[in-house]
Amino acid sequence: MNGFFAILRRDLSLALRQGADSVMVVAFFIVTTTLFPFGVGPEANILARIASGVIWVSALLAAMLSLERVFQTDYEDGTLELLTLSPVSLELLVLGKVLAHWLTTGLPLIIAAPLMALMLNMDQDGFITLMVAMLLGTPALSLIGAIGAALILGARRGGVLVSLLVLPLYIPVLIFGAGAVEAALLGISATAQLQIMAAILLIALAATPFATANAVRQAME
Amino acid sequence: MHRFAKPSVFLKLTDPILPWLAGATAILIAAGLYFALFASPIDYQQGDTVRIMYLHVPAAWMGLFCYVGMAICGAMSLIWKHPLADICARATAPIGATFTALCLITGSLWGEPMWGTWWVWDARLTSMLILLFLYLGYIALVNAFDDPERGSKAGSALALVGAINVPIVKFSVDWWNTLHQPASIVRMDGPAVDPSMQLPLALMILGFTSYYFVVLILRVRLELNERRIRALQLSGMFDERPDHKDAGSRNYEAGHNMEANQ
Repeated sequence: MNGFFAILRRDLSLALRQGADSVMVVAFFIVTTTLFPFGVGPEANILARIASGVIWVSALLAAMLSLERVFQTDYEDGTLELLTLSPVSLELLVLGKVLAHWLTTGLPLIIAAPLMALMLNMDQDGFITLMVAMLLGTPALSLIGAIGAALILGARRGGVLVSLLVLPLYIPVLIFGAGAVEAALLGISATAQLQIMAAILLIALAATPFATANAVRQAME
Repeated sequence: MHRFAKPSVFLKLTDPILPWLAGATAILIAAGLYFALFASPIDYQQGDTVRIMYLHVPAAWMGLFCYVGMAICGAMSLIWKHPLADICARATAPIGATFTALCLITGSLWGEPMWGTWWVWDARLTSMLILLFLYLGYIALVNAFDDPERGSKAGSALALVGAINVPIVKFSVDWWNTLHQPASIVRMDGPAVDPSMQLPLALMILGFTSYYFVVLILRVRLELNERRIRALQLSGMFDERPDHKDAGSRNYEAGHNMEANQ
């Protein structure tokens, strides 16, 4: 467990010292969301209708764009090689890196989401559900995305490639995330969707570290 | 099974099988097309457009079949490190992607006269589209590395992750569609398929499946021969080719098994 906390502390302090990274993700999220009113028109009704979907899609894209930095810099400067060689299990270290990624991208997105929901004129009944859904969904996004980030290490045009690999795998989170908010807005209980999202998160938590660690080892061979 | 993982054994085994398989494919598809286009009754509602189904359903079947095959090959390559499993997985991907695309295209050609629209966000259509994206992602990943070995390994991992994810995606798309279900859509799964239509359908499915194996064998042989040429060029065997017949066949074996024996 010591290794887990050490890598978590290291990645967090690296991210905080170059704070621009986290801010960039939130800025991307806000700018992307702002584009939609220009695309579909400023009518409040239409915006309120599409708000949950727009917020989720923008959050998905923001989380995906920041995936590259989970492993890329460590891969380039050789840190990843040392981590692979260390006696601590690589699955645990990968989990630490993913947690650091979520704390620096997922969490700021959750805080920014209600603001954008307000600007898109979403009904306030959905705010709590939106935040709970994102709390369950964004860690799953980080976990699943880490597989893609590890697979593309050393590939040409990795950044474009990761979107093709990861976005289809994100679809379930998007469906249930947007569905939960939709249900809350309609006044129906969103428990079912939230429970399924929790299930997805638990499966991802149990299974993805092995896939990611395997992909990292392949990249080191 | 491990015995067959040697490239030279594969080549020897498939040599006599290939012409028979190709012949069977030609006969099955020819017979299937005859029954599908001429000798089967038209549907009382759909008229002649029902004949699109004889291409559409086998193509959908092949799209799923190839993905499962790719995932199994990927698992075999990760567990036992068979070079042949890698090559099979790589060779399967474009075939599966083509069949999936064929399924989507024939589906939308059928949907235009039947549903009055080229595309509906129906659960099945959407899951097939996502399957196509998974195929494209796999193909892009496999070809993104300078070292083909690394590409295959990464691809195998992705195929496995995708295979676990496909049922989840399918389930969630079904859920999503029941939430957003438009007013009314003519569903394909109404009454059971009439026996007179089952025969051409079965023939076409068998024909498509054996077509897949023919193309797979051809693609794997191509890849093996390319590797062999590369291996021979690297070891300079072309320069000192012995006249001896025995020595020649020994070199042939050596060239093929070079990677398997590593």
